Amino acid sequence: MSDAHITVRNLTMAYGDFVLMRDLDFEIAQGEIFIIMGGSGCGKSTLLRHLIGLKEPARGEVFYRGESFTGASPEHREDMLKRFGVLYQSGALWSSMTLAENVGLPLGEFTDLSPSDIREVASLKLSLVGLKGFEDFYPSEISGGMQKRAGLARAIALDPEVLFFDEPSAGLDPISSKLLDDLILELRDSMGSTVVIVTHELASIFAIGTNSIFLDTETRTATAIGPPKELRDHSDNPNVRRFLLRGDGGSAEEMV
Amino acid sequence: MSQAGELYVHRTADGATNVRIAGSWRMREALPDPEAVEADLILSPQPHSVTFDTTDLTTWDSGILTFLTRVVELGRDRGIEVDRSGLPTGVQRLLALSEAVPEKEDARAVEAEESFLEKIGAGTIEFGLSVNEMLAFIGDASVVLFKFVGRRVRFRRSDLLMLIQQVGAEAVGIVSLICFLVGLILAFVGAAQLQQFGATIYVANLVGVAMVRDVGALMAAIVMAGRSGAAFAAELASMKVSQEIDALTTMGIDPLEFLVLPRIIALAVMMPLLCLYADFVGILGGAFIGITMLDLSFQTYMQQTADAVNLVALVGGMFKAFVYGLLIAIAGTLRGMQASASSAGVGAATTSAVVTSIVFIISAAGIFSVVFYVLGI
Repeated sequence: MSDAHITVRNLTMAYGDFVLMRDLDFEIAQGEIFIIMGGSGCGKSTLLRHLIGLKEPARGEVFYRGESFTGASPEHREDMLKRFGVLYQSGALWSSMTLAENVGLPLGEFTDLSPSDIREVASLKLSLVGLKGFEDFYPSEISGGMQKRAGLARAIALDPEVLFFDEPSAGLDPISSKLLDDLILELRDSMGSTVVIVTHELASIFAIGTNSIFLDTETRTATAIGPPKELRDHSDNPNVRRFLLRGDGGSAEEMV
Repeated sequence: MSQAGELYVHRTADGATNVRIAGSWRMREALPDPEAVEADLILSPQPHSVTFDTTDLTTWDSGILTFLTRVVELGRDRGIEVDRSGLPTGVQRLLALSEAVPEKEDARAVEAEESFLEKIGAGTIEFGLSVNEMLAFIGDASVVLFKFVGRRVRFRRSDLLMLIQQVGAEAVGIVSLICFLVGLILAFVGAAQLQQFGATIYVANLVGVAMVRDVGALMAAIVMAGRSGAAFAAELASMKVSQEIDALTTMGIDPLEFLVLPRIIALAVMMPLLCLYADFVGILGGAFIGITMLDLSFQTYMQQTADAVNLVALVGGMFKAFVYGLLIAIAGTLRGMQASASSAGVGAATTSAVVTSIVFIISAAGIFSVVFYVLGI
């Protein structure tokens, strides 16, 4: 409990009367790479939207370092948001701004840096994701993979304590996807951030996940929590094993 | 050479229905109807099974599958076994694949039959909700506007200047064209009537007063509704699709401050200026008719206009334009922020923004007429 960075208590997510997931109860420890996984349409991205305040829970609460996020006043919540970095599925760069302006915007809004300092920090962040020299490009002028990396540069602009990723490898080729995984690991190790990733990419899940939660569409709740490799080898829930073994769960006993 | 699909149904000696399928069975060609099979299935005595003979089948595609799916259903309904062994292997496998996952019971959209009264009720509730939503948005926007007065808001000054250029300077061309022509039309209509009394000089009064009091502001507003209101809605809606608005929110930047406020300010500032310009161009349009058709000199026309128009009317017109500007910006940004995150949502938001702006403008114009009349302006 003491080192829990993010705590989710009895979270129920719903769209109107339609309950997507109920009674989610888990903790994410400091420095973990936490994977939210599950089949398509099970509510992975919705859970992420709850964690970053884009959607309000139907019931339950989310805490950051013991402070309630869902119950915070607008001002307090804004303060907490400054400690988050979010990488959206398609990058979600502001299309009317150059990459340097995209990365520099949060710096300009929330720090007292001078414009030239902001530019320098923005260049640094872009070089961290391998986009040195692309400062004055507009998002439409670079490839999808580069947009994603630029989105990551923006997400880490304020050296966030928590980094959220929504399907980071969606739409990337295997090599770019691997590079992004390495980058996530590197950033976690060097900045000490906690990382929360929504994905169903098994390769990424096993390569970088230290802990995970499995959302089950059938039962409408989390059926397993634990390190992904352990869940794959020892989970007693057939759905979890089938997911982590790409549908070969039935024959897993013979394989092991 | 393949010929069109043929179907022969006959009862075998041991009491089975034999379906012989021959020729080419392709979707694009007219295919025999499964009714022929059905006709045999209902004959008494009921056959114990259905068998297929496809030795003469040359080519096939999904056309044969839809036919067979129907036959399988017919057999199932009557409890008759359908023996598929006579079908080509590919067809058998595709049929099996289509049946692998049972039909999801609630997946088919249920067309709920709504009565007329229900529709009225649902429509009323929806209207109430949308009015509520609109009021909430106007309230939020007002709060942000007050924060702006207190200088506690976040947006980029360069964005505001860019917007001012977009809604102001870049609209001058179209406003000129429209208002010159409207002034010209007013003068035409007026001249035809006033000529009967030999009072053609009063065309200047007519055009001047009409443009300055109402028409200038109204025309500028309608042009801006189609131009900027639509642009605001489309821009914000597509930012919503690409999650750019989410990205602002999770960065702790209120999209209302960052995106909506500068647009409202830009239009509210530029509309009165555009209105002033529109008034002027409209009067020029009138003067063009006065000079070319009514033999008035430019000086006389302008002198007459200056006598007819007073400062109160001019400022009143600009005030109206200011209000129209606010309304257009609110309608455009509201519809953009409300848009559903899909490309169809962008189109719907744009349409709705223009319609809402024009309804707002015309309603406000009506209210203004009454209020100004009562106030004696």
